[in-house]
Amino acid sequence: MEFLRPRTWQEALAAKAEHPSAVPIAGGTDVMVEINFDHCRPTHLMDLGRVPELHEWEVGSATVRLGASVPYTKIIERLAPELPGLALASHTVGSPQIRNRGSVGGNLGAASPAGDAHPALLAAGAEVEAESVRGARRIPVEDFYTGVKRNALADDELIKYIHIARADGPQQFSKVGTRNAMVIAVCAFSLALHPARRTVRTGIGSAAPTPLRARAAEDFLTVALEEGGHWDSGRPLPPSAARRFAELCAAACDPIDDVRGSAAYRRRAVGVMARRTLGWTWESYRGEERSTRCA
Amino acid sequence: MAGTADTTAATGAGAGARTGTGTAGATAVGARTGTPDGVGASARRPDGTLKVTGEFAYSSDLWHEDMLWGCTLRSPYAHAEIVSVDIGEALAQAGVHTVLTYDDLPAERKNYGLEIKDTPALAHGRVRYHGEPVALVAADHPETARRAAAKIRVEYRELPVVHDEDNALAEDAPLLHAGREDDHAAHVPHPNIVHRQPVVRGDADAAARRADVVVTGTYQVGMQDQAFLGPESGLAVPAEDGGVDLYIATQWLHSDRKQIAPVLGLPEEKVRMTLAGVGGAFGGREDLSMQIHACLLALRTGKPVKMVYNRFESFFGHVHRHPATLRYEHGATRDGRLTHVRCRIVLDGGAYASASPAVVGNAASLSVGPYVVDDVDIEALALYTNNPPCGAMRGFGAVQACFAYEAQLDKLADRLGMDPVELRQRNAMAQGAVMPTGQVVDSPAPVAEILRRVKALPLPPERQWEAAAEGGRGAVDVRALPGGLSNTTRGEGVVRGVGYAVGIKNVGFSEGFDDYSTARVRLEAAGGEPVALVHTAAAEVGQGGVTVHQQIVRTELGVGHVTVHPADTRVGSAGSTSASRQTYVTGGAVRHVCGLVREEVLERGRARFGAHHPAWTSAELLLEGGKVVTSGGEVLASLVEVLGDEPVEAVGEWRHRPTEPFDLTTGQGFGHVQYSFAAHRAVVEVDIELGLVKVVELACAQDVGKAVNPDAVVGQIQGGTTQGLGLAVMEEILVDPSGRVRNPSFTDYLIPTILDTPTIPVDVLELADEHAPYGLRGAGEAPTLSSTPAVLAAIRAATGRELPRVPVRPEHIVDV
Repeated sequence: MEFLRPRTWQEALAAKAEHPSAVPIAGGTDVMVEINFDHCRPTHLMDLGRVPELHEWEVGSATVRLGASVPYTKIIERLAPELPGLALASHTVGSPQIRNRGSVGGNLGAASPAGDAHPALLAAGAEVEAESVRGARRIPVEDFYTGVKRNALADDELIKYIHIARADGPQQFSKVGTRNAMVIAVCAFSLALHPARRTVRTGIGSAAPTPLRARAAEDFLTVALEEGGHWDSGRPLPPSAARRFAELCAAACDPIDDVRGSAAYRRRAVGVMARRTLGWTWESYRGEERSTRCA
Repeated sequence: MAGTADTTAATGAGAGARTGTGTAGATAVGARTGTPDGVGASARRPDGTLKVTGEFAYSSDLWHEDMLWGCTLRSPYAHAEIVSVDIGEALAQAGVHTVLTYDDLPAERKNYGLEIKDTPALAHGRVRYHGEPVALVAADHPETARRAAAKIRVEYRELPVVHDEDNALAEDAPLLHAGREDDHAAHVPHPNIVHRQPVVRGDADAAARRADVVVTGTYQVGMQDQAFLGPESGLAVPAEDGGVDLYIATQWLHSDRKQIAPVLGLPEEKVRMTLAGVGGAFGGREDLSMQIHACLLALRTGKPVKMVYNRFESFFGHVHRHPATLRYEHGATRDGRLTHVRCRIVLDGGAYASASPAVVGNAASLSVGPYVVDDVDIEALALYTNNPPCGAMRGFGAVQACFAYEAQLDKLADRLGMDPVELRQRNAMAQGAVMPTGQVVDSPAPVAEILRRVKALPLPPERQWEAAAEGGRGAVDVRALPGGLSNTTRGEGVVRGVGYAVGIKNVGFSEGFDDYSTARVRLEAAGGEPVALVHTAAAEVGQGGVTVHQQIVRTELGVGHVTVHPADTRVGSAGSTSASRQTYVTGGAVRHVCGLVREEVLERGRARFGAHHPAWTSAELLLEGGKVVTSGGEVLASLVEVLGDEPVEAVGEWRHRPTEPFDLTTGQGFGHVQYSFAAHRAVVEVDIELGLVKVVELACAQDVGKAVNPDAVVGQIQGGTTQGLGLAVMEEILVDPSGRVRNPSFTDYLIPTILDTPTIPVDVLELADEHAPYGLRGAGEAPTLSSTPAVLAAIRAATGRELPRVPVRPEHIVDV
């Protein structure tokens, strides 16, 4: 196994073009496990630790440009107001040591359906900026996941940034695991209210071959909120609508039975998380509305 | 902490109950100086600082110049015929020094085993479980060894897999071990049964007719792993005399050696063993792992060979806790008196016997729990299957039974409309009670009292997630909720449940086993100070045995400075660090040998100074604070003066009182030397919609006879409690129907984190057992028993579900 250590982004792209099978490594929290368990033996390992822009982030007016290697700890500490859903998801990643090393870029590169960042990215709205010596492109995150542990990157591409929409309303993230910390998701759910556009978005993890949005549920909820005048009134949805939303989220799942849980349980749990996160986000939306009006 | 050294003295643990209690300073005539950090003090561990700072050398840190690395090739199948093995390509790889298979085993004996020698050192013609060792490689780099092992071509032909009771005991079942000649072969009803032990007492049928209420249940316990942190590892160094020196993490050096030497074709004295740093054991190191393999490679290559399993291999490298199916019937009169118990306990022993026969004996003899039941009909057995071999794990057969009988007691209480604790107390055994085996419990058995104590504790406040939260009204601290940081609830769906359980565990090796230990103690003057050396072969696996040995020497010889010699086979056997027995038995040996040393010191003192002071011959003399003193406190001489230039040294064996085997058809017999008891109250919050559990508190009360080191005792109780919690809600090795292990990693074999570990208030009772040194009672295992059923009882209380299986999974709780 050869170890590549590009100093700059350009060097990294050149190295990746030269060695398309090279596996990029940043925090190593996923790649090293794969290597240690002998699940993969890459010909080349490319350490991106010295490429400065991957560790930086920039808060713009509408989006946050997140460097692929920015560790979860930084997202929790520095970006919670802009990216509340992702910050909550980051909290559930591994242990403090893992959160100090692991990054969203790694989650996307591995593209495991159980990656904790995915549901939050889907719900917030995000684009993955991939680049190669051929040029750069931005891939909507919902198009990024192409199969179990497969993504839309070409062999010569690297993830540089993730452009994530800044929260314009409350966001939530919930994850079910059989342990109260340091656990891989049995399934996960994220919900973002987007009052500016009067829409909602969802993200489901670990309940289908890829992370996905529950589009029918989003559409249902968007219409229900609009038609009921809820965005303006702040009134909570009728329980029947919340139930329907939860059912549609559960129906969006395509889970399997595995060592972590059964398919039936995953579907059930996604429904419960959808109902609860809807309650929590709507409660804080009302709170914000109220305080805005008072001010 | 209840009780101190005075308790022991007052309850008469004999002359040995003199205890230095660490109260230093009193020098007036008549007051005794004592020796600090003796028995009863929370003396600090000699290895504590090194372990906390990460500097302690574990067996995986061993290193030798020119050493090679060994690697094991394991079977990918649970049951298969080995058609051919081709090592050519592996052997040809640069850096590879040797490749060994069954054909290379040097001696007549090819098999080993704790009780039954049924385990091949390397597979011969057939593999019986997923992960069975087939071939070995030694190379100059671990990665080279691993790659070479992957190049060994083994052709397998898969065989039908024996995976449960039905297909193990079918008439045409494939036999795991045909032509058995072991001690149990003659009495088992089927050759796929390792051992079967009935316990029959009274007349269960007649008693059942007196019952007003009868409850039955079938319970299941999953396969728990010891999950010790230090993986199997060791270093074998070939010696010039043709023997081998083995540095190894194990629980019992001499038992290892007895199994290793014949397979190497060496006399035992040519296999010299030294204990390397052990990172936990919990029973998982009672069987051999890489011991024979490393020695074979070292002897073949003439070079030191190190082997270290990684976590993945470790899951295949040691036995696990027996999964069990337990069918129980309990009867009671309307006033809550147990009439009878019938039960059948089927343990899955996997492919090789390991400790299965003894686990069966425990499960059978302890199957009724700490209750008085005169009429019982009990049967316990262990199967041979193609599942992973199972053997010793903390609680050893008593854990499985306790989960079932405690669920039954709750069911019975519910049927009787009676408080579950009251029902237990009404049937609780006490000193003088008769076990189902006919054995009279002849030391304190405070079963009702420990239940009373956990019940009397105030309950933790409700809705702690609100109290714990910062940020004012409406804020929640998710860490106090089911799901924890995963943020699944703010209180929605959360229901509290409270549950109780109590258990009984035997201490020491049972059923007639000659359970002894050996100690060597030397006392000498060095640099104007008396110093002692204590040398045993007892394996320090993290439990604090080394601390206890120092404390005993301090108390018995009145010497502050005590060095613990590394454990090795240059001294006689200490027996196993298991069965909650080391403080009892090796502690007993150290104390006994200290007595021999003391007598010789006093003899020497009398010879040298007897003429100067009449007390030398007339008074009872003690060694305290580095001096010879009268029982009245008068100092006669310093130890340094008495010892002069010549050390005093003694070696001796010590054994607990004998036990006897259980009768093969009735299970009657004085089978256990001592019993220990713990009770738990579990308080849980259950998210009944998601099936997630937060254990809020697990209070424990346990009688330890005498807390030789109170801090260590509490540590043992908290650790055992947590391990029981793990079995209750998460820990399980999953094996598919083809016998393959599905989750051999800490990614999917989950053990509790600190966020899963509740507050564990511990109430330690010290009711001396007059048969035991210092009155102590083995403490390490009992808390592992009752913790699991207490948690399940609490979850049942919260959910109303039957939950007859552990570990309970979210889908069981929400029932999808």
